Amino acid sequence: MISIDIEIKLKAHHGGQLLKIKRQFVSGSVTKIWGPSGSGKTTLLKMIAGLSAPRKGKIVADGITWFDDEQPINLSPQKRHIGFVFQNYALFPNMTVQQHLEYASNDTGWIKRLLQLGQLDNFTTHKPDHLSGGQQQRLAILRALATKPKLLLMDEPFSALDSKMKTTLIAELKLLLKQLGVTTIVVSHNLQELEMFEGEVMDFDDEV
Amino acid sequence: MDLSPIWLTLKLAGIATLLLLLIGLPFAWWLSRGKSFIKIIFEAIITMPLVLPPSVLGFYLLLAFSPQHGLGKWLHDTFDVQLVFSFPGLVLASVIYSMPFMVGPVKSALQQLPVSLAEASYTLGKTEWQTFRYVLLPNIKPSLLTSAVLTFAHTLGEFGVVLMIGGNIPGVTRVASIAVYDSVEKMDYASANNYSLILFSITFVLVIAVFMFNKYQAKGPIA
Repeated sequence: MISIDIEIKLKAHHGGQLLKIKRQFVSGSVTKIWGPSGSGKTTLLKMIAGLSAPRKGKIVADGITWFDDEQPINLSPQKRHIGFVFQNYALFPNMTVQQHLEYASNDTGWIKRLLQLGQLDNFTTHKPDHLSGGQQQRLAILRALATKPKLLLMDEPFSALDSKMKTTLIAELKLLLKQLGVTTIVVSHNLQELEMFEGEVMDFDDEV
Repeated sequence: MDLSPIWLTLKLAGIATLLLLLIGLPFAWWLSRGKSFIKIIFEAIITMPLVLPPSVLGFYLLLAFSPQHGLGKWLHDTFDVQLVFSFPGLVLASVIYSMPFMVGPVKSALQQLPVSLAEASYTLGKTEWQTFRYVLLPNIKPSLLTSAVLTFAHTLGEFGVVLMIGGNIPGVTRVASIAVYDSVEKMDYASANNYSLILFSITFVLVIAVFMFNKYQAKGPIA
């Protein structure tokens, strides 16, 4: 169970509004966060990941306090054991597909399975520059899963995939997330895209 | 022709470049992360050699290293080390003089990398050092090479600072640029030309090599 009760101040160019978020994410569940660009969806994910800090509030995961402005506690991203799929993929230009996964995990069997899942097993020696947009996006998802995280945060993860690949990947991903029992928070500005994912919807327009 | 000034120059440039790689990279990384007043002050200090006349820098280093004053006196009295008119003094002066050529480009290159690269590495459980070593550093390789070559080439061409700190002691502080000056003073234009031509050739080859490497990197192999 991940419990969030925080205050976020959006950047001035996004209106500078104060966003109050109080929510609980049940272990193994999928939560879809929908909202227009600049509404604070990515900011929320980064705060859960420990990549930035809320103005105030508390984030507790499975009984462990990740963030508390009163104590004060702010656990580093390394200690939160999360998987993060970045909107711009954030792939490492110097690493091949294989090296990306090996950087994240030593489990060769798991890496092999992930490569098959993402249909990247024939591209292991390719660097991101030599992958298509869809392949890059799949690699970003696989890399986030490589550490077998308890919480997976995905920021617009399917935007570069064609509808066929999206359907296949989401079907496989749903199965995998269920098997791993990963709590998942997926963010998108495209509600239709999130419909392919089963789970609770959190509308960011209502939170502001 | 006495080749010792050329060897001494290459030795000085090589040691200064290696030391600057060791000192300059972590320093550039520190400077590239966030802003603070103290960082601005440090950055200004290391940039000063770019704008100060070398003779001014050399003069202050001469005062600082002098066995009669402050740091130089302490080093002399405590460790029996004399930096003025010695090769170690030249190395230290060269490190200070060439510091902006190493730190500046590396810092800019690190700042141009998307922040999300480091963030992605942190979410994979990697420390800041692992992120720097395996993600950030390999992705600024062309800038790193350019900085190292510029530092090396800049040290090859040092004159003012070297003359002030090292003087003109054959085999100890008489580097190629000093040898050129000395030869011209003695009206020995043939030697001056030889030293100049060697320095010119080395620098030209280095710069060509950097351009070729950067062009190759831009094309980039598949793996």
